[in-house]
Amino acid sequence: MSEAHPGYQPPPVAIHPPGHGHTPHHPYLQHHFDNMEQQAEASTLGMWTFLVTEIMFFGGLFMAYLVYRWQSPLGFQEASHHLNIYWGAANTAILIISSLTMALAVRAAQTSQPVRTQIGWLVSTMVLGAAFLGIKAIEYSDKFRDHIVPGPYFQWEGLYPKPAEQFYSLYFAMTGLHALHMVIGLGIMAVITWMASRKTFDSEYYTPVEVAGLYWHFVDIVWIFLFPLLYLIGRHYHAA
Amino acid sequence: MSGHVAPKSMYYAVFAALILGTALTVAAAFIDMGALNNVVMLAIAVTKAALVVLFFMHVRWGTRLTWVVAASGFFWLLILFGLTMQDYLTRGWVDGTWR
Repeated sequence: MSEAHPGYQPPPVAIHPPGHGHTPHHPYLQHHFDNMEQQAEASTLGMWTFLVTEIMFFGGLFMAYLVYRWQSPLGFQEASHHLNIYWGAANTAILIISSLTMALAVRAAQTSQPVRTQIGWLVSTMVLGAAFLGIKAIEYSDKFRDHIVPGPYFQWEGLYPKPAEQFYSLYFAMTGLHALHMVIGLGIMAVITWMASRKTFDSEYYTPVEVAGLYWHFVDIVWIFLFPLLYLIGRHYHAA
Repeated sequence: MSGHVAPKSMYYAVFAALILGTALTVAAAFIDMGALNNVVMLAIAVTKAALVVLFFMHVRWGTRLTWVVAASGFFWLLILFGLTMQDYLTRGWVDGTWR
């Protein structure tokens, strides 16, 4: 076979070699699962359970945002107006594109595409994630330059300095926690890319890509809410 | 093992809808609609999130158990918002009468 097709590399081991006391099976099937499908479902369910705790983790911050914004709606609108809508919108687009490349990375593994294709989508996703963090770093440094980082050096020229400081406390807490998730996401993607380079994934086994994708999309969803709630609430107020 | 393989065109369609939603929410923010601004903003955000959950995160083809777990997260979030705000929003009602 391999003589007839020079350069052909057989897949890692299609069948777990017999001889450990039971019938042969896929090398990545762990012994406490009946089959690959059950194993994949268990992993997906486990990730969703974790994501539910993540929803509540971010939910606490959204709750704080809701209460303080309800207490001083005009102060929040004035504070929101200082954020750069272009950076915010660009980052929203970048994250949405990265979700697309992530979904296509999962699909590439799912359809047994060549390793090169899988890695291509995964690396694209990481590059976009890094671009998001780069823009976030520019925005943060602007806030330090303008003295609107909450604390002893906070300065506000507008009518509502106290609510503005509350707004920026929430801004840094929410986008900071989100950025931390992005950094962790990049780490996860690095591991998945490394696994992909070792020909780990094909249509039989792609659960790690799928589960990492669930995490990546979740972080995207958080930003889908953060962008309008932080960047867009003061636009018409100041336009008037 | 093989989960549902969605066609590439579906992913591009969802992507286009997400970008369109982003453009719409930015445009809507510059129009003064009073309290409706928040409703429109959240409606677009919830729609975008639903698209990501259903198609990118494959819940559309998931087991019922995955559906229940995913939905429970948002359900508990509503309990968090609902019960907290029923306190804050009604505090003024008893001002001056319960001293």
